[in-house]
Amino acid sequence: MSYASQLATTLPELVLAAGAIVLMLVAAWGGQRSTRAVSIASVFVLVGAGIALIGPASSGATAFGGMYRADAFAAYAKVLIYAASAIAIMVAPRFFAQTAGDNLKPEYPILILLSCTGMGMMVSAGDMLLLYVGLELQSLAAYVLASFMRRDTRSAEAGLKYFVLGALASGILLYGISLVYGFSGTTLFVDIAQAYAGDLGGERSLGLLFGLVFVFAGIAFKMSAVPFHMWTPDVYEGAPTPVTAFFASAPKVAAIGLGMRVAIEAMGPATADWRQIVIFASLASIVLGAVAAIGQTNIKRLLAYSSINNVGFALVGLAAGTPEGVASVLFYMAIYIVMTLGSFLVVLQMRDVAGRPIETIAGFSGLSRSHPGLAAALAIMMFSLAGIPPLLGFNAKLEVFNAAVQADLFVLAVVAVIGSVPGAYYYLRIVKTLYFDAPAEGVAVRTDRFEGGLLAATAVFISPVGWFLLAPLGAWTMTAARSLF
Amino acid sequence: MIGLIHYLVVGAILFTLGVLGIFLNRKNLIVLLMAIELILLSVNINLVAFSSYLGDLVGQVFAMFVLTVAAGEAAIGLAILVIYFRGRGSISVDDVNRMKG
Repeated sequence: MSYASQLATTLPELVLAAGAIVLMLVAAWGGQRSTRAVSIASVFVLVGAGIALIGPASSGATAFGGMYRADAFAAYAKVLIYAASAIAIMVAPRFFAQTAGDNLKPEYPILILLSCTGMGMMVSAGDMLLLYVGLELQSLAAYVLASFMRRDTRSAEAGLKYFVLGALASGILLYGISLVYGFSGTTLFVDIAQAYAGDLGGERSLGLLFGLVFVFAGIAFKMSAVPFHMWTPDVYEGAPTPVTAFFASAPKVAAIGLGMRVAIEAMGPATADWRQIVIFASLASIVLGAVAAIGQTNIKRLLAYSSINNVGFALVGLAAGTPEGVASVLFYMAIYIVMTLGSFLVVLQMRDVAGRPIETIAGFSGLSRSHPGLAAALAIMMFSLAGIPPLLGFNAKLEVFNAAVQADLFVLAVVAVIGSVPGAYYYLRIVKTLYFDAPAEGVAVRTDRFEGGLLAATAVFISPVGWFLLAPLGAWTMTAARSLF
Repeated sequence: MIGLIHYLVVGAILFTLGVLGIFLNRKNLIVLLMAIELILLSVNINLVAFSSYLGDLVGQVFAMFVLTVAAGEAAIGLAILVIYFRGRGSISVDDVNRMKG
């Protein structure tokens, strides 16, 4: 394979990286005035990267000696990542227009582009080295994004917490990688899989097992699964809301995609070993995400616990370790990011009379009377997150439970179903606040046509209208999942 | 004769010290950054020791990447620390508590 054709395989990442660098120069010359132009150009770069996915970048080819994989799985994850990132860029200008002293800077869309480059590398990784570099590129950009509102001490604190705990997670992951490398003699996923397979025949190697545990601990941190979730509520609350919406969508898809690739491709022969870890993380996330959310008064914090809860359900599908399981996780993530972006879009509309963001749940009281459309949209998201049919959130949960049952994990499926009940409690409590509480004072919702349209689109996707998309989405996720096995 | 196992033990001790440094330190955020560097150094010792033991260069290349990324990570960490200090006037770990729950 010639060097040029290998580069063509990595075209989406090249487009993103080159776009980010060029826009960085534009931002350096244009300064604050270039913000709008750079934001618009960034969205076009993301669209360009999406178009670049057609062709060699989704052909199933591998490049650079197997380090980079351009299969259907990576292409699927990248479509979700690019779409969520584009939305995070598009909703930012209105949010930052109303924050005192902290304007939107042209660095914001550029950091998201760089983060996207890293996420693309994560889901395409075929080697521990590419995994690490992609993960760090994504994380380093995310640390800066979390502390983007420099005058807000909560934002700086969120950045600090994210940085310290994220760096610790990278360290744990790296330690695991070093053990896996030492005891298997390679960093390529396919060769690591052979080492694990050979290991099963003879005496078990403690080093490979320790490496597996450390690697999974590091990845669990990045996808904010319990017991490595402690940074999530604080970072989600402190970061600016468009950044929180970004954190809850794109990096989550990338982390789960990465986790599945490592689990299936590199450590597939050791499924019995990592399944215990995944099952524990899954059930703990479901239970803690549901129980800890009950007492929250801040909507962003509540959505953080909701995201922990949802990662737990996604991991149920991974625990199955079958193509159907992987497909169900991919399906779940597509519906999850639509639900979570829709919820954050509603939160973005909430302002008080002075134009400051409202983040308390009490601020949503009686919203159905003043803004029925907005209240209905949030109610749809909440019912869907709780998994109530006929909304798509139900189909997503059904798919992962189905995959677990087919893999004979009956206990896991049953406990996960029971665990979704306390989750329904706090989702429905928000619906009650929206529809049955006395209207809150001093709420001045400002919606523009663009964000309103985006919100309507997410709500329609989640509603029964979205059932028309289920068949093509199911077929696509199955193709993507098969490319891993 | 110093063999692979000695290097791995040193690496494990450094890694444990780094993790303990993050969890036990209650005074200074800069000590946290140093603890993170300690963890990355322990990983590098592991990688280079394995690389030499296996006679395979990949481990040393990996160590170079870790060094480079660690430099970038420290730069971003210090930048966030400066923003935080400007807002709060303190870098004590006990003060990082604006958000709870």
